[in-house]
Amino acid sequence: MTVITKKAENPTAHLTPEDIEQIGIELDAIRQDIIDSRGASDAAYIRKVVDVQRKLELGSRAVLLASIFPPAWIAGTVGLSVAKILENMEIGHNVMHGQWDWMRDPKIHSTTWEWDNASTAEGWKHSHNQVHHTYTNIVGKDNDLGYGIMRVDEDQRWSPFLLGQPVWNFINACFFEYGIAAYDLELGKNLRIPKEKRSDAFKRNAKNTLKKIRRQATKDYVVHPALSIPTGSFLPTLAANFTANLVRNLWTHSVIMCGHFPEGVETFEKKSIPANETRGQWYVRQMLGSANISGSKPMHLMTGNLSFQIEHHLFPDLPSNRYSEVAPRVQALFEKYELNYHSASLPRQVGSAWHKIVRLSLPNGWLEQTNVKNAPQQFALLYKLTTGGPKVRRAYDAVQRRAENKKLAEAAA
Amino acid sequence: MEAATTPLLPADYLDLFAPLRSGADLRGRIVSVHPETADAATIVIRPGADWAGHVPGQYLRIGIDVDGVREWRAYSLTHGPRADGNISITVKAVPDGKVSNHLVHRAEAGTLVHLEQATGDFVLASKPGKLLFVTAGSGVTPVVGMLRNLFPATDSGVLRLDRSKALDITVVHVAPSRPESIFIDNLHELHEAGAINLVDRYDDVHGVLDIDTLSELVPDLAERTTYACGPGGLLDALAKHHEAAGLELFTEQFRPVVIAAGEGGTVTLEKSGVSLDLDGATTILDAAEQAGVLMPSGCRMGICMGCVLPMREGAVRDLRNGAITTATPGETDNGGVPIQTCISAAAGPCHIDH
Repeated sequence: MTVITKKAENPTAHLTPEDIEQIGIELDAIRQDIIDSRGASDAAYIRKVVDVQRKLELGSRAVLLASIFPPAWIAGTVGLSVAKILENMEIGHNVMHGQWDWMRDPKIHSTTWEWDNASTAEGWKHSHNQVHHTYTNIVGKDNDLGYGIMRVDEDQRWSPFLLGQPVWNFINACFFEYGIAAYDLELGKNLRIPKEKRSDAFKRNAKNTLKKIRRQATKDYVVHPALSIPTGSFLPTLAANFTANLVRNLWTHSVIMCGHFPEGVETFEKKSIPANETRGQWYVRQMLGSANISGSKPMHLMTGNLSFQIEHHLFPDLPSNRYSEVAPRVQALFEKYELNYHSASLPRQVGSAWHKIVRLSLPNGWLEQTNVKNAPQQFALLYKLTTGGPKVRRAYDAVQRRAENKKLAEAAA
Repeated sequence: MEAATTPLLPADYLDLFAPLRSGADLRGRIVSVHPETADAATIVIRPGADWAGHVPGQYLRIGIDVDGVREWRAYSLTHGPRADGNISITVKAVPDGKVSNHLVHRAEAGTLVHLEQATGDFVLASKPGKLLFVTAGSGVTPVVGMLRNLFPATDSGVLRLDRSKALDITVVHVAPSRPESIFIDNLHELHEAGAINLVDRYDDVHGVLDIDTLSELVPDLAERTTYACGPGGLLDALAKHHEAAGLELFTEQFRPVVIAAGEGGTVTLEKSGVSLDLDGATTILDAAEQAGVLMPSGCRMGICMGCVLPMREGAVRDLRNGAITTATPGETDNGGVPIQTCISAAAGPCHIDH
């Protein structure tokens, strides 16, 4: 899509500044209702999830000690995959958001939590909680828009490297936890800086991340396989751990892609965001910049309730078990103010996000304008754009934009 | 072992099955709850394996989840060491008391609670002679702990042990009325057995006690060592009285600090050595940065938890919804209550660990 301010029909054009502030007031009221009713049952919920997750992990790892037997391998790998997903999604991500800080339990607190992931809690809290949740979907500020390696918006510039982005995206999905760790470190940006000029903060974070990765890998790929040696299960356990990490990575990557990448989710121009953005304006940006996944209760649990991505972005610090409760009220608010509440099933959202990844791996407009008849010319054009250097690409962009403007003018007339 | 459980510790898994084991954080499990009066109850707790025991008169800090929120309070241990290894506290529900009401009316057997080792200097000197206990309200609890240890009550009456024979104890107990007096039956039992001399004064019968008339209630006041436990007003008056008379006094008070939320206040950043006088509308983060303190920060709008610091004591107001968070030493976690400095304004004097 295109940043909201360059669209023919800005979906917020009908909102007055008073409307926007009123939306803020109404959302604050929803938030307050949940805060006022947080209590023992919520605390019992998260403790139960932690309890079940840990027992499932222990049980699965115990079963894997005999993973040479195929049924044990299958049961253990399935269990461990589910445990790792719960640990990252419903527990880790949400605890680090401070959703459970109100319990004042030092064992379940954003300042003390560390998760089963290559990324350190500290790095994640900075890049995710602070940068992504504050600057959600602002092109050039929110690195979650393509993670710095992909083009997920028309207003991000195309380059020939991006032709491979469906492949990059798949590789990133398989090794997502390492992708996140690299992303939290802003590795690409920092590696371009000469070694001696890199900041101390980066060096320290890189060291901590490497230490974490080493520990995580030692656990999954050395210690637990070694514990399985007595039954001759070293390799099967190693494979089981690798598989569980792979499953977790593919799943979390898919869920997270659904949050902001599906077609129709809005993005924003850096200069269109006022320096003193009001709470109402921030709320509206969150409303339009996220997409939900519809589905069953177990599905919501396995996504860490990120299936309520809209509610999560509006209220990142409310307990995740309450998102389903506020969703109807939030949706009613969208309808009242005639805004698009973006929700669809998991396969549709994943498909939509992948469609966008493929579409934008090509120059703007190329896929839409290509048909069987003009395919040879279009491929010739693509070859020219790929080999021709920035000047050729700028000229192509200008032609595309002129055509776009013409269409807009005609539509307006 | 840690290599197999990282990023968690083996203890995190062991806690699922044996939270009271040796080596775990000190915890306990409520065994039973016995009502003492309409608004007081004795709670018997099985402490974790690392419980180091206590001396009568000492208290412990107990952490319990009330409406999902961990709250810490100090309570006197009401028994001497018990044969079954359990410990007990007696709690009187005070009006608006979040924790005391929960413990008295809603606590259930089987609940896991968090403990700290017993502490407190309010224990009998090793060779006591003539003693006076002045107790008011629930301040009677540590004294009952000591008396029970000295004079065990059995089915066949109060035992007079050798170690207690030389004692001459007077107890002046003050309460609003007799029905509101916890342990009053125990005190009377001891009185009738000749173990103590009880002088009970009730506001509704005798009027509010004037400390200056204490020597009328206890003629040999000057010969006695006084131990007192109760609310601040009584202890202050007693301290003044005893100082003027040149008498020895040991006191115990449970709620030394009362945090009342107001508008603005002095914020002290302890490690930075900076004090800031703030109004009720400025965030602690902004003000501290203005003053040149290097503060952790993040989104500056209350969502990222990047600015969280522990408040050891004081009250702050959440500028988004006006909610007050307080940290009271002794009642909240020793490490302080974590607050988001970017949306918190001072609501009274605050001490922040930074």
